[in-house]
Amino acid sequence: MPDDTPPADALFAAVLDPAYRADPYPLYARLRERPVSRQRDGSYVVSAHAAIRSLLFDPRLSSEDLPPSRRPRTGNPLKDWILNPIRNRIATAHRPLIFRDPPDHDTLRALVMRSFTVPRVEALRGRIVRDVDALLDACRGRDRICLVDDLSYPLPVAVICDLLGVPEADEPRFQAWATELATALEPDARHDEAGRHRIVAAFDAISAYMRDLIREKRRRPADDMLSELAGPGPDGRRLMGAFDLISTAILLLVAGHETTVNLITNGMLQLLRHPRELERLRADPERAPRVIEEVLRFDPPVHFRTRKALGAIEIGGVTIPQGAPVVLLFAAGSRDPERFPDPDRFDPDRADNQHFGFGGGLHYCVGAPLARIEAEIALVALCRRLREPRLVMDPPPYRPGASLRGPEQLHIGIAGID
Amino acid sequence: MSAAELAGIVVVGASLAGLRGAEALRRGGYEGPLTIVGAEPHRPYDRPPLSKHVLAGELAADATGLPALAPLRARWRLGQPTVGLDRADRIVRLADGTRLAYDRLLVATGAEARPWPAPTGGTLTGVFTLRGRDDAAALRAALAAGPRRVLIVGAGLIGCEAASCCRDLGLAVTVVDPNPTPLARSLGTGIGGVIAACLRDAGVAFRPGTQVRAFEGDGAGHVVRARFADGGAIEADLVIAALGATRATGWLAGAGLRADAGGLTCDAACRALAADGTPCPDIYAAGDVARWPIPVYGGRLVSVEHWGNAVEQAGHAARNMLAGPDDQRPYAHLPAYWSSQFGINIKAVGLTDGADSVAVVQGSRASRRFLAVYGRAGQTIAAVSFDQARWLPAYADAILAGRPFPPIRDATDRARPESLAPGFPSPRAVSADEFAHA
Repeated sequence: MPDDTPPADALFAAVLDPAYRADPYPLYARLRERPVSRQRDGSYVVSAHAAIRSLLFDPRLSSEDLPPSRRPRTGNPLKDWILNPIRNRIATAHRPLIFRDPPDHDTLRALVMRSFTVPRVEALRGRIVRDVDALLDACRGRDRICLVDDLSYPLPVAVICDLLGVPEADEPRFQAWATELATALEPDARHDEAGRHRIVAAFDAISAYMRDLIREKRRRPADDMLSELAGPGPDGRRLMGAFDLISTAILLLVAGHETTVNLITNGMLQLLRHPRELERLRADPERAPRVIEEVLRFDPPVHFRTRKALGAIEIGGVTIPQGAPVVLLFAAGSRDPERFPDPDRFDPDRADNQHFGFGGGLHYCVGAPLARIEAEIALVALCRRLREPRLVMDPPPYRPGASLRGPEQLHIGIAGID
Repeated sequence: MSAAELAGIVVVGASLAGLRGAEALRRGGYEGPLTIVGAEPHRPYDRPPLSKHVLAGELAADATGLPALAPLRARWRLGQPTVGLDRADRIVRLADGTRLAYDRLLVATGAEARPWPAPTGGTLTGVFTLRGRDDAAALRAALAAGPRRVLIVGAGLIGCEAASCCRDLGLAVTVVDPNPTPLARSLGTGIGGVIAACLRDAGVAFRPGTQVRAFEGDGAGHVVRARFADGGAIEADLVIAALGATRATGWLAGAGLRADAGGLTCDAACRALAADGTPCPDIYAAGDVARWPIPVYGGRLVSVEHWGNAVEQAGHAARNMLAGPDDQRPYAHLPAYWSSQFGINIKAVGLTDGADSVAVVQGSRASRRFLAVYGRAGQTIAAVSFDQARWLPAYADAILAGRPFPPIRDATDRARPESLAPGFPSPRAVSADEFAHA
């Protein structure tokens, strides 16, 4: 971490700075000195647990805070003056539901929840166990694995493809799109013109892919979520409009790619840093849910989400003015000493663990049950099967994202695989 | 240990409040004798499902038992109504003549359904009230037998929930109420109009502004008809009288306490008040039966029939029962309740009494998905949500903080609130006497 500590109103800029990626928690502690802290750029960072909780239920905070979609000039007048303005308007109006407010958000979310059922998720347990075993089997004979490449990334991708009904063989095509789209959650990428153009380009490419896939699902419905969402409802009418369906499918695919990977990797990183906890989990797999919840609190996959204040909001001694960007810094709230005793200690045995690892309120993570199952199975298998695991590099190198934060690679030295 | 100490704590009322109060006493470290007296033969059970899942046949009435959340080690005196209280000797008298000594008493006798008066048909078979587990079982059996038409008198929460269940069962239902809309007293006619539309869409015949004069029976004493005050009549072979409840304080008559059909008055610490207004150090009350000064509304005396209050107040009273006289903490509570009917999840916080304005701050009445806020003299006092409960905590905070009305503008789904007249009926029009023409 750089030596000079940033001033109070530039702390969030430092959070975005890759130099602090490996350990942003001291910055969070300083931000928490004020529950809500105004930053130089006019944004308000909310880092206290109570203030985040309260704002999660405040209807004046809008999730529709992305700048309007804009495609770059092409020089072709038909595109620049007719086609692209229409596509811009459609893309802006039919954003994925994490960027939507009620009432549209509620309608879309209800439809997703209807398909994302507990039985459907539970039914995946067996295949997740088999996938994890197969992925670890493939590492046999090596003295080092890269957890991200060998397990954390391929596992959730295979699972989300199965669940949605996306052919896994197409994975190489949409891997880059998914990574690009996920940067929409990063404030610096979304305000940079070139970054926005890259997001739009990825969105157009993945949209075209999804449109074809949805057409195929309508022709030959299968037992998967995409067929269900694309199919008719009980009244015989289509559940979602075409554009909402595409953006919802994209959201589920991207979320499946970019979040659980961090949960598994961060989880194993913490277990390797706390070998006693690794041993205890190896001895008693029943501890897995406690470990996962503590990882979600202590080192979560998603550190913050942004919102926009639709009206002036008084909170934590400040007034957030109308129109101001607001950052809900979940990872800071989950380490708030006002809420959690000894918050900087990794302690799966803590009794009361109401963390923000899956966000909260209206936009609480739809995929939480699936993420929990995947991480549980993966961490238990890693503890039980890796012989003498140790970190090769600590801290590991991180991916660029400050919101979707996790290691780019996690090399683990091993004496073998059982 | 002296004989007096051995009497221990007696909880009157084997109810949700009685059970949770007893558990709180044990969790608070009370090790002495504990006796729980119940008028019904049943262990404590949960009431909310009675007017919903039990009537619908999805849950048996005897499957509503409440789990004990802490070891109670209590003596149970069930099926024993309490008939009297002798404060001087610290004795409660049970129906079978038992005299039960106490050191501390927790009154949790709850409320009773207001019955239809006998002279105007209250004793006919086929006329039901709905309050207890046995009421629900009997009513469920009668509904399952397939009555030709169900008449529900009173469109409050219980009446509307029952109507919703009856329609789910495919029964012909008429609901009558003296007010212009359902839920007029609790939510006002502005919001009650939404439920009126739900009733109509569900195929319920709703007759607003209607008062029943009497029920008429056949030769066998079974109800066949209701006669209205305006001279009209309707054929009905099953009647649900949903006229609200009176507090179960009859047994306290002559005990020198401030008790009447509206409740047992307590101080802020949940201690029962003697007739002279001094708190009894050894008698506490909790749940529906308690009438207490509510801090959020300036210490006005209120009693509520809410599940959440029963739990919280019982815990609070138990805590104070075990604390010293100098450590009696005031009960601060924001009333809240829920109801499900016609596929809509209704949740409310705060008390609407005296509201002079209502604003729909999110969603719309037309979509039947909205959040409405109630104001009095420019201050936010209550909020109700129809399928919009996720936002309710923000409004609960606003009520507790005494924020101006409306507390929140610029909501995501409604930039400007829609104001409407609350439309609360005058108190006279909703009394039970009006229903019954007693």
